[in-house]
Amino acid sequence: MTTRDMICVSCPIGCALHVELDDDGKVLSVSGNTCKRGEKYAIDECTNPVRMLTSTVRVNGGSLPVVPVKTSKPIPKGKMFECMKAINNEVVDAPVKLGDVLISDVCDTGADIIATNEV
Amino acid sequence: MLKYDLVVIGGGPAGMAAALKAKECGVKKILILERAETLGGILEQCIHAGFGLHYFGEELTGPEYAYRFIEQVEASDIEVKVDTMVLEIRTGNVVIATNNVDGMLEISATAIILAMGCRERPRGALDIPGSRASGIMTAGTAQKYVNIDGYMPGKKIVILGSGDIGLIMARRMTLEGAKVEMVCELMPFSGGLQRNIVQCLEDMGIPLKLSCTVIQTHGIERLEGVTIANVDENRRPIPGTEQYVECDTLLLSVGLIPENELTRMAGIIIDPITNGAIVDENRQTSRPGIFACGNVLQVHDLVDYVTEESQIAGAGAAAYIANRPRGRNRYVSVSGKDGVRYVVPQNINVSTEQDVKLYFRVADVYRNARIIVESGDKVLFSKKKPKLAPGEMEYVIIKAKDIGELEKKQLVVRLEVPKQ
Amino acid sequence: MQYDVAVIGAGVCGAMITRELSKLNLKIVLLEKCNDVAMGTSKANSAIVHAGFDAEPGSLKAQLNVQGASLMAYYCNKLSVPYKNIGSLVVAYSWDDMKTLDELFERGFANGVPNMEIISQEQLRTMEPYISDEAIGALWAPTAGIVSPYELTVAATENAVLNGARVKRNSGVFDIEFKNDMFSLSTATGVIKAKYVINCAGVFADQIAKMIGDTSFKIIPRKGEYYLLDKNEKKMVNHVLFHCPSKMGKGILITPTAHGNVLMGPTAIDLDFDSKLDLDTTIEGLNIVKNDVRTVIPALSTRNCITSFAGLRAHIAGDNSDFLIAPSKANGHFINVAGIESPGLTAAPAIARYVGNIFHDIAPQYERKESFQTTRPAPIRVNELSDDARRALVEKDKRYGRIICRCEGITEGEIIDAIKAPCGARDVDGVKRRTRAGMGRCQGGFCGSKVVEILARELGEDMNEITKFGNNSNILYERTK
Repeated sequence: MTTRDMICVSCPIGCALHVELDDDGKVLSVSGNTCKRGEKYAIDECTNPVRMLTSTVRVNGGSLPVVPVKTSKPIPKGKMFECMKAINNEVVDAPVKLGDVLISDVCDTGADIIATNEV
Repeated sequence: MLKYDLVVIGGGPAGMAAALKAKECGVKKILILERAETLGGILEQCIHAGFGLHYFGEELTGPEYAYRFIEQVEASDIEVKVDTMVLEIRTGNVVIATNNVDGMLEISATAIILAMGCRERPRGALDIPGSRASGIMTAGTAQKYVNIDGYMPGKKIVILGSGDIGLIMARRMTLEGAKVEMVCELMPFSGGLQRNIVQCLEDMGIPLKLSCTVIQTHGIERLEGVTIANVDENRRPIPGTEQYVECDTLLLSVGLIPENELTRMAGIIIDPITNGAIVDENRQTSRPGIFACGNVLQVHDLVDYVTEESQIAGAGAAAYIANRPRGRNRYVSVSGKDGVRYVVPQNINVSTEQDVKLYFRVADVYRNARIIVESGDKVLFSKKKPKLAPGEMEYVIIKAKDIGELEKKQLVVRLEVPKQ
Repeated sequence: MQYDVAVIGAGVCGAMITRELSKLNLKIVLLEKCNDVAMGTSKANSAIVHAGFDAEPGSLKAQLNVQGASLMAYYCNKLSVPYKNIGSLVVAYSWDDMKTLDELFERGFANGVPNMEIISQEQLRTMEPYISDEAIGALWAPTAGIVSPYELTVAATENAVLNGARVKRNSGVFDIEFKNDMFSLSTATGVIKAKYVINCAGVFADQIAKMIGDTSFKIIPRKGEYYLLDKNEKKMVNHVLFHCPSKMGKGILITPTAHGNVLMGPTAIDLDFDSKLDLDTTIEGLNIVKNDVRTVIPALSTRNCITSFAGLRAHIAGDNSDFLIAPSKANGHFINVAGIESPGLTAAPAIARYVGNIFHDIAPQYERKESFQTTRPAPIRVNELSDDARRALVEKDKRYGRIICRCEGITEGEIIDAIKAPCGARDVDGVKRRTRAGMGRCQGGFCGSKVVEILARELGEDMNEITKFGNNSNILYERTK
């Protein structure tokens, strides 16, 4: 059995969570939380932590040299740097509209890279 | 001279929300003056997610949050002048502005809304001894270079101050290939959101050093390193704890200052704690017909609250334009004490017909403290909170009826902190 | 390239001397090791015009100080440089101090300082309402004033260029040979030949002199640290306020600046001979300034500080050292202008004339040219214009309508002017010294990146080639992607 300590970010209270996991990484117990959201946060963080990734993509011929982008949904935390590589290799031509899909299914995450502004 | 019912100074989230609300309330001729090349304000460079959870109930990036308002402004008949700097507000609510299309503008307004936002505290104000090498800049300046101009301002980075912009930039620079050595925070706690500490620092393996500051910068041309040291409870460096950290860039995220140059020039009374105007519940300043909202009034933690506050100012300005009230208002004055640093609004009209949300910030991290709002012996509000922190804006709602009935024309917001 | 005269060092003296000699029919070059002029002592000093009661009567310092003070208004007018004749007060806190004031008065009288007066506590209060209650009287010297030292340097350089002088920046001299009545100066940008050399190298003047075998003096860099306060402290001080002097110099002073900020400092710390690049501010130094200022104006707060900085004075080793302005004993065609510490800025116009006379003595063959232009066209300062003038200007050129620096209200047009000027700005600090963009309370937080953009566009460079002050002071690295 292993344990993990973390601080819940579901709300500003920031409960100190204590998680017990079995050898397969399955969550056995969560303590220290003051509400249900804490338990869910702990389980998600231990089993499948995901993050929104935001960055920029280079644009040719636009009003600015780069356009801000985001993943269309949170991606596995461990894949962030791999996705950054794909984002950095991408170059698009202006005009780019907010919501345009610039890369689809980035690094097999099922998430698209979409523009979050106009350039 | 141009004539408008309402001139809004600043086209960021505050200015846009105020203008749109005023339009909704029936104001006819509205002009937004924005000093940048586009509407959106600082949100345009805040490309990270985390905006809009309160207001839109979904998580947006900065540009997306701004875009929702830009679209509405563009669809309305609100006029906008970008790349336009307001130089002065003269008597009779005359706004003097300049740009490279119209040249000099002289605009007469029935009402004015101040929504100029805030700026970051620069290095000079911090008094860090050492060299004048390049590579020392505010986190926001670095953010513009990376996210708008597409350049790296450094490769090996130390960040001073754990405000949200500093934390966001720690992650951003790491994702773009820089090595962020550490974030140093003078206080024993971070001024940033917990979520940012986890997702920007812990995720990226960046150490957060609390009670620690930069005491010297090194390098003659480009920054070569900084000396850091731990600080005691009086925030003074502890001799013997000095440590040299090699870096080519020092980013500063050490506080925001409302940009009230125009406000001061216009003779409007400023609250020495918020560094913003003193306002009533409609966000009207000490000069009739001039309103203020957003970060120029008080530094907010979330843009959602900026939007909310700006709508109050927009509605307030609309009512002013419709009624042109004359004569002195009678106010209940509001103040904070015992751990409550300030309260906005500082005044409430005795005759207010709407419930009033009092926004405030606390001085320290408190657990299980009780928030009390009282007037003399009369307690209007009392509630325990599991946690209060200086980084988070708090609010309580006071009923209009209760305000009208007050004998003493004073309200105090204070904390009752449990003894350890 | 072959010249008649090479001036080494584009500080205020080098620039003013180059301008003075450009009155003659000769080829002159001004060599500067940095990316801009005014990069040494001339950019970091007290920025004041001393009346002239400090220096020992009979000394060169005394003579050139008093002359310089009376010439400054004329030169600043001709060169369009901010100057204000606000007068100075040496403040006394004890009867001993009052005695010192008497001595200063006597010395000033001997030096020819006009219209001094010892004033009462009451008069002092009227002139400086925020002065400490402990102050009991002062020496009033109405000829003192304030000036913008780097703008004076820039203006003198521009005027010299207008009159035919060449300026070579990034051209530090590292070796000098003298053969057949001709100097060969090895610089970072190639060899320069000149018949006469004028050594205005500031704290490095001893090293330059050594290159021709002149080891008669050594320069100690004497560090002074300063605080610059926000313009909203302007009301706190009306005149240049001195303490009674001590051995190490005139002590810490508080003064308004020509642009309406408040400046306080300097400390006086002697560094090693090899620390001539050490411009670090220190906790100790800044604390000395902070604590000292409280004794003069207790209500003045460093909370409103917008920046702090350090400068180095070129102090000639030895007691009671005077300015050294004379042909070198090692080579009569090489004129040293060395040890120009305070009151060097004040004296600069007089030093230029004095060197002009020395030069005429050793090289009488050069005649005055008829075409010399005494004035430098005034740069456009948009925020000093009336509404109508401003409107007319923007009508003509819209770039004067676009504000880049919010704090100081500086427009794109003014920044472009500063870049396009003769010997124009090439880096961010150069734009700042010429236009004040980035000098305000946000210290370039907002306009810094725009200035980089404008510099890159106007100089035809990439943004990451733009520096803060030349060499490796780059601001940006490569593109993000």
